[in-house]
Order: sequence, then C-alpha cells, then structure tokens
Amino acid sequence: MRHALVALLIALPLAGLAAGAVSGRYAGVPGGMFKSALRYEDAKAGVRIKTFALMRKPVTNAEFQAFLKRHPEWRRDRVSSVFAEPRYLQHWASADTLGPAALPDRPVVWVSWFAADAYCRSLDARLPTWIEWEYAAAADETRRDARQDPAWRERILSWYARSSKDALPRVGMQAPNVYGVQDLHGLVWEWTDDASSLMVAADNRNQGDPDKGKFCGAGALSMDDRENYAVLMRVAMLSSLEGRDATANMGFRCARSAP
Amino acid sequence: MNHVVRGIAASFLLCVATLANATQPAPALPGDSVYQLSLPLTDSQGQTRDWRTLRGKPRLMSMFYTSCQYICPLIVESGKAIERQLSPAQQQRLGIVLISMDPARDNPAALKKVMDRRKLDASRWTLATPPADDVRAVASVLSIRYRQLADGGFNHSSALILIDADGRILARTEKIGSQPDPDFVAAVRKAVGG
Repeated sequence: MRHALVALLIALPLAGLAAGAVSGRYAGVPGGMFKSALRYEDAKAGVRIKTFALMRKPVTNAEFQAFLKRHPEWRRDRVSSVFAEPRYLQHWASADTLGPAALPDRPVVWVSWFAADAYCRSLDARLPTWIEWEYAAAADETRRDARQDPAWRERILSWYARSSKDALPRVGMQAPNVYGVQDLHGLVWEWTDDASSLMVAADNRNQGDPDKGKFCGAGALSMDDRENYAVLMRVAMLSSLEGRDATANMGFRCARSAP
Repeated sequence: MNHVVRGIAASFLLCVATLANATQPAPALPGDSVYQLSLPLTDSQGQTRDWRTLRGKPRLMSMFYTSCQYICPLIVESGKAIERQLSPAQQQRLGIVLISMDPARDNPAALKKVMDRRKLDASRWTLATPPADDVRAVASVLSIRYRQLADGGFNHSSALILIDADGRILARTEKIGSQPDPDFVAAVRKAVGG
C-alpha cells in the first residue's frame, strides 16, 4: 500500500513532465530531500529538490553545430569576447565544421557558460543547478543515492585518474542511472546554471581578515563530506572558472523544471 | 532565446531612434563590452530600459540587494567615498550603477527607499533590478559570484567595477568601505578625465 502510494506520488509529477512536451531526450528526476556533499550553513538539514527533467546525455558536437546554424552569433568567429574566451570551440575544424578532433557523437567541449546557457534557452530549457546536478549524479544504476558505497566512489575516481589527453568516448556508452540519465560521471565536466555560486573558501568574515569584504552574508560553503572527492573535484573546477572560460573537458546538458 | 529576441527588439528601437533623430548610428560595441549582454533593468523610478542605454559615460558598477544589512550599505558607502575623491565636474562625468541580485523583492519602491535613505543623487546614481532569469548572466559578465540562501538572503562577492563609456572593464576593486583603494581611484580619475 505504502509502496503504491509512493509510486503514485513519484509518477504524478513525471506524468506532468511528459505532458509538458519533454521529449525522449530528457529523463524525469523525482524530487526529494538531499544532503549535499557540500556543507550549506544555511541548510544543514538538506535541501528539498523539486521534480525536474534532465537531458539523458550531454550535448554532442552535432547538436551544438545544429544550434549554431540557428544562432550563428554563437559561432567562434562571431561570438563576443565577453561571452567566450579565444579557445572556445578551438577543436572544431572551422567555425561551422566539426572535423576529426570533434566527431559528431562526442560531447561538445570548449564551451563557455554563456554559450551553454544560450543553447539551453534556445530549447526553452535551462542549465541544471548545482544541487540538481549533484542529486542526479548521486545515483547509480539501481540506487538513488549510492554515495556511501566505496565501490561507487572508486569507479568515479578511476575516471579522474585517466589522462585528459585521451580522445573523448562518444556519449551514451555508459549504463543509465536509476533515472535513465547517462554519463554524469566518467565523460566530461559539466556546467551548471549557478557554477558561480560555488564559493568554496574558509570563512571570510572573521575580524581582521583582509578579505573580510570579499564575501557577504551568512552561509559559508565548505565541504561536508571530505571523502567524496568526485564532488569535491567538480566543485573546485567550477568554482575556479569564469563564465567565458572554456576547457578541453567541460561540456554541459540542459534541464527543465516541472510545469 | 529571450536574449536574442530582446537583442532584436533593442536593435529595432535603436534604428527607429536613429532615424527619428537623423543622427549617425552608434558605432558597434566592442566585443569585450559588458553591454554585449542585452539586459532590461527596472530602476527606482519604475522605468525599464536596456542597460545599453547606460553607454556613453564611464560607470562604476556593482551588485547588491536592498535587504542586505552588512556589506551592501558598505557598497553604497564605497561609491560615495570614491565620488568624494573627485571634483564636482568629474563627479558629473561618472555614473554609479548598483544592480540588484534579488528581483523577487527589489521592486522600484524598495530601490527608491535606498535612494532616499542614502540621499543618492538620481542624476549620477542608478539602482536597478534585472529580470530573475538574467541575474546570473549579468553577475557573470561582471565576475561577481553569489548564492541565494535558504532565508532568501545572499552570499556574494563584493566588488566595484569600473567600465568605460563603451562597457569595457577598466579596473576592479574588492576593497569595500570608506577608505577607497588608491589605485582604483586613480583609474576612475583617468576614466573621467581632468
């Protein structure tokens, strides 16, 4: 009985997502309470995640190329330098052709936050928030929260140990997690909408600290689960980037709120 | 998408204005101008204009929110402290723009309250709020980090950014308060001219 009720509660918002014209490109992620590996001083008990939809796979070169046909202002030869650094899409053969270093089914990388944001907006979608990303990425093939399993952590860390000089595999090679989402680990880093909210630092508000004015407001952010290197490395990466930056391993996928 | 539509709308308005005034079209924006971002801002008078209308004189920019008790009043104080280092003529050539990161609460009335309470001269100071969807983008072009807290407040980096008449970032300081950073003041003086 209880199971049936839970199943119903989960199914309802997902039915709503499906009705909201979310295509097969997205998987529904049912909401719930979530305790981040980050310590949010303002939300120690955890954060309530609302049901949302997340792209099953990261955006590919072919998909990004199709976007540039519709929105040529984001081509590397036309984009404003305030939105993308010079290395933006540098691995493509030209401004509108992919070439051997950017095969169609590989995840698009060397993209700035602004370009990723524009891509998602063009689909009436958005970038996922950090907490949504972390929530979806806490799952493995059978569990919504596999983070305490040493084998799960080991598997993710073995990817981080691989050379970033190796060619990227194509998207969708890995088994879908319990929500039907693939490649959250083991392929590329991914932009989040609020990448610039990740200010991981010691408390800057101490008296006499020369950086006292740098950050304002209660609620400093620090790592709660120091064993979770997978998340720590993501956060360190995102918190070091500006919106116009692009890197060899930074891609993205889009999300949608439940209607 | 919204940006594009707004961009087209803004260009159209610009064209109409240009035809009406029979003046030369404005020169193209530099690629590294923050005004490459189309951003409708609603000010303390309730007027909504794209922030590209701020083009034309150097500005000090920062982000804040009106219910902030600690650092945000200091950001206003910092702007005033820099103004005090300038001659009256120089003050007239510098605009100060504080952009809210709290669209849910910072309506024109809330902004006006700060203008009045802090005695800010509306000919030089602009307090304005972007649409909720655009806060992250404007923060990103200004390299300001923020996170909304569970209680509705914000954790954010505080900086004053000096931009030239075309929106290019000339200097930046994170030294907030009544004792301005001398290097930053020198950059402001240079931008507004003797």
